[in-house]
Amino acid sequence: MATIHPKLSEELSQTVVSSTKSVKLKIKRSNPNVNSEQKFDDFVVPIEKWTTVLDALLDVKSHLDHSVGVRYSCRQASCGSCGMKINGKPALACFTKISELNSDSITVEPMDNYPVVRDLAVNMDRMISNHKKVMPYVIREDSEIDAESGIREFLQSPENVDKYIQFSSCIKCGLCNSACPTMAMDKTFVGPQALAQAYRYIADSRDKGKNKRLKVIDESHGIWRCHFAGSCSQVCPKGVDPAMGIQLLRGYLLGIRD
Amino acid sequence: MERETGAREGLKGWLNPGKIGKFGIERLAWLLMRLTGLGLLAYFIGHIYETSHILDGKAVWDKSLEMTQTTEGHLFLALVIGMCVFHTGNGIRLMIAQMGYGIGKTERPDYPYKPQSINMKGKACIYATLGMAALAMWYGMAVMFA
Repeated sequence: MATIHPKLSEELSQTVVSSTKSVKLKIKRSNPNVNSEQKFDDFVVPIEKWTTVLDALLDVKSHLDHSVGVRYSCRQASCGSCGMKINGKPALACFTKISELNSDSITVEPMDNYPVVRDLAVNMDRMISNHKKVMPYVIREDSEIDAESGIREFLQSPENVDKYIQFSSCIKCGLCNSACPTMAMDKTFVGPQALAQAYRYIADSRDKGKNKRLKVIDESHGIWRCHFAGSCSQVCPKGVDPAMGIQLLRGYLLGIRD
Repeated sequence: MERETGAREGLKGWLNPGKIGKFGIERLAWLLMRLTGLGLLAYFIGHIYETSHILDGKAVWDKSLEMTQTTEGHLFLALVIGMCVFHTGNGIRLMIAQMGYGIGKTERPDYPYKPQSINMKGKACIYATLGMAALAMWYGMAVMFA
């Protein structure tokens, strides 16, 4: 018969399973496909010091209201699915610990500047189409597969990689577009996410598609609509710094950079 | 048909003071740049209209000048001075940043991620510009109300 080691048994008996703290979670609810009503539902959820906003939302879904609409996947800030407005600022729910918000009341709303699908889930089609518009891939005539010598590599120095590596961390969570004040007014603005990605590929020494991409962004609702409010960079959960990418990208159009 | 709610914030995204609190002095500078730009445009149109009175003779011209010789007129002109100084100073900061200077250098990001483009140099320039605008307004008022 299997027995539990006495030390493990002691540890298990000392494990605290119930929380003594709780917060009020105010969730903005709406379903545009049914009606235009928007309201906040309040839920009291127990928290520990490691509880994230996503944990709290899943707690609500498990025990209090199954119908709360929220999109999530990896729970580790890698997939970019759980972007939402937390206490008025765009953030990833899985990357925001409630204990760090220093508040007993947490308000969660869908991200601004996106059409709401339901509750906290938004439609990101526009961001994805703008992302595709800037051709987010290495463009060049030749291939890594060579008919004569087989497979070869396009070599890069560490300095070459440093020019774009931070911009390749983008997880397409869309927080930057949500924070951007230009996106708030201009429905055709290409947005900081796509502009930063345009810079990421233009700055890549393997890429030869600079002129094609510059043509896409050099238009009236393109790069010139950015007025460097910097809000995109402040909310980026991966350190991409889209505002920097956009200003560096302008250098190519102004002839400062080759 | 699928309805789109929350698709764009509109003017609320610009003017909401809560946004400035959450996004910092850069967002305030952005908002003031827009407002002062619109204010100076309105002043420019008004100025052209006012100076066009010179074509109607000296009496009409003198009368239109009297509008700026009141307390309200002086306060309005002081505001124009402030708008002008802020818009110029912040515009120079933006032009320098948009050419890629003073926004840091690209590198591998490490946690906790601090955006390099939002740095103390930029913040100091914004505070200095606000200070210069306030100083210019104060000097303008000292001259006008003397």
